[in-house]
Amino acid sequence: MASTETASATVIEDIPRRPTILATLGAFSRENPLGACGGFIVIVMIVMAFFAPWLTSYDPTANDFGAMLAPPDGDHFLGTDQFGRDLLSRIIYGARTALLVGFVSSFVGCFLGLILGVTSAYFGGRFDLLFQRVMDVFMAFPLIILALAVVAIFGTGVQNVIIAITIPVIPRAARIVRASALAIREMPYVDAARANGFSHSRIIFRHMMPNVMAPFLIILTAQVGQAILIEASLSYLGLGVQEPIPAWGLMLRGGAQEYAESAPWVAIFPGLAITLAVFGFNLFGDALRDWLDPKMKT
Amino acid sequence: MKFKTSLLAVPLAAALAVAGLANPAVAQTPKKGGILKFVVPDEPPSFDGHKETTFALIHPIAPFYSVLIRPDSADPSNSSKFECDICTEMPTSTDGGKQYTFKIRKGLKFHDGSPLTSADVLATFQRIIFPKEGISSARKAQMSMVESVTAPDAETVVFKLKRPSGAFIPALAAPFHFIYSKAKLDADPRWYEQNVMGSGPFIFDIREAGARVTGKRNPNYHHAGQPYIDGFEAIFAKTQTLRVQAIRGDQAVIEFRGFPPKSRDDLVAALGKDITVQESDWNCVLLITPNHEKKPFDDARVRRALTLAVDRWGGAPALSKIAIVKAVGGIVFPGHELAATKEELQQIAGYGPDITKSRDEARRLLKEAGVSNLKFTLTNRGVDQPYTIVGTWLIDQWKQVGIEVTQKVESTGPFYAQLNSGAFDVTLDFNCQSVVNPLSDTAKFLPSDLAGDQYGRFKDPKLAELHDAMNGTDDVKQQRTLMRQYEKRVLDEEAHNFISLWWYRIIPHRTYLKGWKAGPSHYFPNQLDQVWLDK
Repeated sequence: MASTETASATVIEDIPRRPTILATLGAFSRENPLGACGGFIVIVMIVMAFFAPWLTSYDPTANDFGAMLAPPDGDHFLGTDQFGRDLLSRIIYGARTALLVGFVSSFVGCFLGLILGVTSAYFGGRFDLLFQRVMDVFMAFPLIILALAVVAIFGTGVQNVIIAITIPVIPRAARIVRASALAIREMPYVDAARANGFSHSRIIFRHMMPNVMAPFLIILTAQVGQAILIEASLSYLGLGVQEPIPAWGLMLRGGAQEYAESAPWVAIFPGLAITLAVFGFNLFGDALRDWLDPKMKT
Repeated sequence: MKFKTSLLAVPLAAALAVAGLANPAVAQTPKKGGILKFVVPDEPPSFDGHKETTFALIHPIAPFYSVLIRPDSADPSNSSKFECDICTEMPTSTDGGKQYTFKIRKGLKFHDGSPLTSADVLATFQRIIFPKEGISSARKAQMSMVESVTAPDAETVVFKLKRPSGAFIPALAAPFHFIYSKAKLDADPRWYEQNVMGSGPFIFDIREAGARVTGKRNPNYHHAGQPYIDGFEAIFAKTQTLRVQAIRGDQAVIEFRGFPPKSRDDLVAALGKDITVQESDWNCVLLITPNHEKKPFDDARVRRALTLAVDRWGGAPALSKIAIVKAVGGIVFPGHELAATKEELQQIAGYGPDITKSRDEARRLLKEAGVSNLKFTLTNRGVDQPYTIVGTWLIDQWKQVGIEVTQKVESTGPFYAQLNSGAFDVTLDFNCQSVVNPLSDTAKFLPSDLAGDQYGRFKDPKLAELHDAMNGTDDVKQQRTLMRQYEKRVLDEEAHNFISLWWYRIIPHRTYLKGWKAGPSHYFPNQLDQVWLDK
């Protein structure tokens, strides 16, 4: 009896332990130091977005004509704009707008792309051929041009910007996911599912989709940075988020252009915020791709 | 022989140059030739001057048309000096001030070669004053004193008024009153919305949507020797920075609308003597218009709360540094004899000296109306100056009394489409007029069934009565009294519309542009027949 217990204990010890989250993060950081930097920037952004009211004492939309275009100092660490609004507050609150637009449009766009891509790969044949040509039409337009067209139809505002960015993301995600799904379609377990008489939707959602999660996550993270950049571009062009909502692209419009020479902080800090955010998401996305894609490891 | 001529020419030219410097009259002799390039902040919603009210139409399109009369180009600030364009001389009134007879020049031609006669002038003004069903006329209210227009012969047009009115001639001189071809109007009353064909100093050449409109010199123009320039190019540039840089880089000579002080200072610092700055008070004001057909803006208490929340006295000095606004005023051009004094203004909602008290009253009214947490969308026009700046300021002002406002910015075409269809909660609209003429200018505030450009969608017979009474008397004192009652009803009792701040016009232009003077309106002089380039 005693010997049996000893034997089973030995067996348990032989099974490799699942690494802790901290150990995984440590390994990720050692293998991808740049990706870790990107991840750190992303986390800072998320913290800024969630805890904005506790990080600054200024209302980001409140005008203060006594402090118009004030340079960075002890009261306003990053200075103020032409309405006397605190730039640090607007940048911190602007992270909310950037993340809201970035995550929602990327997630919705990539998720729809995931469904369409896997479905297209699963059915193949004429459906796939026709569907891919439709995707080709959408892909022929640069992302920003397609987003501009959508905004021109739906109008400006946060919701419409999200729609405008979501639509061009769909074909891009669908194309990448489809490539992985084509290989999965030929797997024996998919054949087995068919042989068991499972419905198309069950095969697609239960058996194929979970197996294309790696490319899905990669395109998702890559698109967040892209979406933030497009939101900033649309807002800069006056077609995105509207005043007085704090948004980085919008902060670069109007006052920043006019006062760039006499009050450069109005343009520099929002520009830096956009640069860092896009840089962060891109680095993190690249590192995630290297981490998750076995082909990249060989 | 050639050599000798050249030798003589050098001292002769030097002598002439010195003489020119010493004698400004000689220096101002117009030079011919060149293309005038100017920037326009927006594109016209249509090409129909009778329908539209925006500079975006006047600046690129007015040079293609003639008008019956116009403000004196040499003295545009003078609101009592007018000159004929296609008439032969300014008429004096007859029948006790109730009739004006205009003689039309002979031999006038439209750009398509067809003759321009009194029949065309008659068709034009009938379309403006008595528009048929489906035809939009923005200034019919300003011309409401006209009883009839007739053309007894090919060279005569007679305006018969309901009553003598000092507002008639200034209203008639609106630069939007393009003379249209009767034949074109008969064939399609809306032809001019999409097409351009006039008898003005320039012939329509090219329109590239979103980019430019060009015109070339009309060799058959009726003012002898004019225009001086060979053509013009109106370049559409929506962002102010782009327009300033265009002038700075000499890609454009001028923007006829106006820049804020900062842009003026930048251009002067960069270009020195190569830039000339003209400044003027501006007969233009941004007003807030709630849609009375939408709840809760059908409630006067809610509308009053909106105006009570705005600190005009506090905002004006600061906003004048960043926007093309400056003066606090009521519905009349500040400084005019019919305008309210500061003491009179302070009796009106939203102009009180104590903003805290005003805002407390605003909160009380909102609570009383059951909308303490009011939220609405401000539909604004996508033009930098001063719309988006004033809009952003107003949103902050309303926030002070707990009103949450989302701003929706639209380019000019969709913006006016929404105003016309009533698809808005509250909008920022403007009252920009040409000649300073408060009796006529304040027609903008008339109810929607009377004023073609009133977007508030309301009826108010009392307002119409007051306006009629004001225009029916020559006694300035009585006009002033009635104007105060009219103003109080518009801005306070009913708060149908309310005023933000009056504009201030700053025009920095290349010094080599000559023959153009800035006045209190950005609508004239813009036919460009008298401008020339001293290059």
